[in-house]
Order: sequence, then structure tokens, then C-alpha cells
Amino acid sequence: MQVIEPKAELGVAVRATIKRDMTLVLRRRSEVINPLVFFALVITLFPLGISPDPQMLAAIAPGLLWVAALLATQLSLDTLFRSDYDDGSLEQLLLSPQPLPALVLSKTLVHWLLTGLPLALMAPLLGLMLALPGQSYAVLAFSLALGSASLSLIGAIGAALTVGLSRGGVLLSLLVLPLYIPVLIFGAGAVQVVILGGNAAPYLAILGAQLCLALMLAPWAIAAALRISING
Amino acid sequence: MMAFDSFSALLAMDGHAAYVWSAWGLTALLLIASALHARSERRHLMQNLKRRQRREHHADRGKAHES
Amino acid sequence: MWAFIHKLGSPKWFYAISARLQPWFWGLAILLLLVGSVWGLVFAPSDYQQGNSFRIIYVHVPAAILAQSCFVAMAVSGVIFLVWKIKIADMAATVIAPFGAAMTFVALFSGAVWGMPTWGTWWVWDARLTSMLIQLFLYLGVIALRGAFASRDSGARAASVLALVGVVNIPIIKYSVNWWNTLHQPATFTLTERPAMPVEMWLPLLIMVLGFYCFFIALTLTRTRNEILRRESAKRWVRELVADTDRRG
Repeated sequence: MQVIEPKAELGVAVRATIKRDMTLVLRRRSEVINPLVFFALVITLFPLGISPDPQMLAAIAPGLLWVAALLATQLSLDTLFRSDYDDGSLEQLLLSPQPLPALVLSKTLVHWLLTGLPLALMAPLLGLMLALPGQSYAVLAFSLALGSASLSLIGAIGAALTVGLSRGGVLLSLLVLPLYIPVLIFGAGAVQVVILGGNAAPYLAILGAQLCLALMLAPWAIAAALRISING
Repeated sequence: MMAFDSFSALLAMDGHAAYVWSAWGLTALLLIASALHARSERRHLMQNLKRRQRREHHADRGKAHES
Repeated sequence: MWAFIHKLGSPKWFYAISARLQPWFWGLAILLLLVGSVWGLVFAPSDYQQGNSFRIIYVHVPAAILAQSCFVAMAVSGVIFLVWKIKIADMAATVIAPFGAAMTFVALFSGAVWGMPTWGTWWVWDARLTSMLIQLFLYLGVIALRGAFASRDSGARAASVLALVGVVNIPIIKYSVNWWNTLHQPATFTLTERPAMPVEMWLPLLIMVLGFYCFFIALTLTRTRNEILRRESAKRWVRELVADTDRRG
């Protein structure tokens, strides 16, 4: 039999997927903006609910920022495969001759670029409002950027498992949030340790290791989950 | 050999009765309940299957009479 | 070897072999649990630090061990089901999940109750209790995901994938929680870690652990047989079996 698709086309397919997804998401701008608004809103609730005292806020700010960013990422997961599932293009993706893990990896990359990265860039601003001590802003943004990539990958597994269900929303958070805990511990820990005058490098290294592990394993799990949800 | 002098001492557990007996009680309850549940599940399934097969049996014989 | 596994995977053969095995496991479980309970509750000496509250160890530790073993067993069954499409494996995974969740709850409850006389509060964010709590959420997620699918086969495969993802994550979660715990509350004394327990204390514990395992095996065998009856009720051998028991009364 003749080989119809030469191997070199994988790069083309990945690039095409990224470009297509970027265009689609950017066309519906609310999908990018809503998680950011949610993030800011949740952070606004805490001083109102706890106390506006800067000292108290500074003490809990790393954890608050991380938990709020985590919830914002989690809420945006539902849209990751939903529209592709509804219009049938997810089925096309499964039928394509390219390896599915590579294609879902590019979709997850787009999710991170348009959700995790903006959240990480916005976090220092909100940190300012929570009186976060000065030396920790860079680590906050960097740990969130690194950690949210893992969050996107892990979350995509849950999103792929629940995309075929009509009411998957709450179930999705039940599946995904426990798996987020290691990232939360080391992400918030990195910011905390800088505030206490320590070295954040070990924490960031572990966050990086988690990302490597997620990069190695998650694409296969996402691909398998999508196959179940579509062919199921 | 025994750690307690009397049966009431065993029940009292040196003032820790509420803790020890509630932990043991819940464990025993869950184990016994799961065993009983497995048994009643089996009985229900068997009864349903038997009933269904008898009904089908009668239906088949009914058809044979008609023809 | 392969022939054996595929034979084991046939529901009919499993039904026959488990009928012979299960009385032994039930009997062994009852015997071990009774001996272990009486020994642990009545004969084991009380602890010099914790007094009699330490007797909770005899239900806490076996439940905690079993809670973890059940998750691994569930994930292994999931892999067998996903790779070789052996239905028995999924039936086993279906019945293991609720029991594993129950054992996790027992471990959490007994840990909390033990915490009161030991630490003076019902709940401490101790590393073991915290990872146990997270594990309970993982169990609930697997059970909920299976139930959410309309088709049994898709639900089974989705639950298998999630169990597999969970089992990869459990060591990572444990490691992270331990790190976090040592950071936030250094050197609290943990419930079950103690220097060299004397024989008359750990022997009943060993018996209880074995008893819990036998109970788990027996319950899984019995409930897997029930699942076979439920899912294979249209098969000829099941119909003959039912007719047979019906005739005998």
C-alpha cells in the first residue's frame, strides 16, 4: 500500500491546529476575558469576606492568588473541547492520520497560551491589591505560568472525559481538582518561601518536573479519553 | 494476660470508650453491611431472573397452544 | 499463561471457580477478624503514651492499607479491561470502587476519632489524613464518572482511564502533601509511626490486616458473581443455571 501521508506533515498539522484554534478562540473574545474577570472578582471577594487589613492579606495572598487562578483555569476547561465536539470537528481530528496525542497537545498549548499565561501576567496586579510583599512578584508570575501549563494538561484529561456528557460541569471539577493539589502545593509554596526570604528554585524545579511528567503522560490520556467520549 | 480486670473495664477503656468503640463500631457496621448487601443483591438478582424465565416459559407454551 | 488468563476472563469459568473459592475466603475472613478483634481489644497491652485509645490502630491501619490496595486493584483491573477487553476485569473494578471508598472513609473517621484523645482536636491537617481525604475525592470521582455515562461500556472505559490517571497521581499527591506538611507543622507526632512496637501489639495488627484482605477478596468474588448474573443474564449458561436452581427450589 502507498503511504499517502508523509511524516513531515505532522509539523504542518500541529501548526494548522494551533492556528485554527487561536483564530477560533480569539474570535470569541469572552472566552479569553471571562477567566481573567473571574480571577479578579474572586480576589476582590476575599478582602471583603475576611478583612482589609494589609498584614493579614499579605500573609494569605500567595495561597489566595494560586487558588483563585486554579479555579479560573478549571472553569475555562469546559470550553476546551466543547465547541469542537458540538460542530463535529473533534470527530475529524480523531479520523486524521496524524497521531492524536500530538494534536491534542497543540490544542492544550493554545488553551494555556490564552488562559494560563494571561492569568500569570495578571496575577502581580492582583498581588498588589492584596499587599503582597515586594520581592515575590516575579516568582508569582513565573510559578503561575509554569504551573498553569500543568493545570491545562491535567485538566484537559478531565475535559476530554466529560465532553460527551450534557451536564459535565460539576463532575469535571470533581475529577480535576484533586489532581491539581500537587501543583497548588508547590506553586503557592514557591511564592511563600520567597516572602519568608528563602530560595524558590527548588519549588520551581519541582513545578518544572511536574510539567515534564504531565507533558509525557497527559497527551496519551487525553487522546484515549477523547476516543471514549466520541466513539463511546 | 488480659489487659482489663473486668468486663466493665473493657467497656470503659479507661475513659476512651467513646473513641475506641465508635471507630470499631463504624468499621464493623460497614463491613457487615457490605457483606449483607452482597448477599441480598444476589438473592434479588436470582429471584428476578427466575421470575423472568418462568414468565417466558409460560409465554412460549401459550404460543404453542394457539398454533 | 495467556490461555489461563483468557480462561479466567470467561465469565462462565470465573463463576464456577469463584463458587469454590469464596466460602474459604469468607470463612478465613470471619476467623481472622474475630481472632484479631478479641486479641486487639482485650488481650493486647495498652500503650504507655496513648492508653487504650491506641486500640483504634487495629481498624485504622488495615482500613488505610486496604483503601490504597483497592485503588491499585481498581486501576490494574482498568488496564486489563482497556487493553485486553476482558469484561470480568471491569465487573471487578465496578464492585471494588465503592468498597474502596468505604474503607477510605473508615480510615478517615477512625483517624479523626483517634485525633481527639491524641491531639485534642477532631481534625488535624496531618499528612496521612490529608492524602486520605484527597484519595476519597478520587474514589468519588471514579464512581461519579462511571455513573454519568448512559452506555455501560463508555462509562467503564472512562472510569478505567480515570483510575489509571489517579493511580499515577497518588504517589505524587502523597509526596507533595508530605512536603507541605513538614513545612507547615514540623515534628508533630503522627498517629501510627512509633518506635518498635512489641510483638503482642503488632501481631494482632497483622492478623487484622490479613483478615481485612480476606474480607476484601471474598466480597469482591461474591459481588463480581452478582455482576456476572446481572450483565450476562441473556447468556445460555446463565439461563440454564437459573433454571437449575429453580428446579431444586
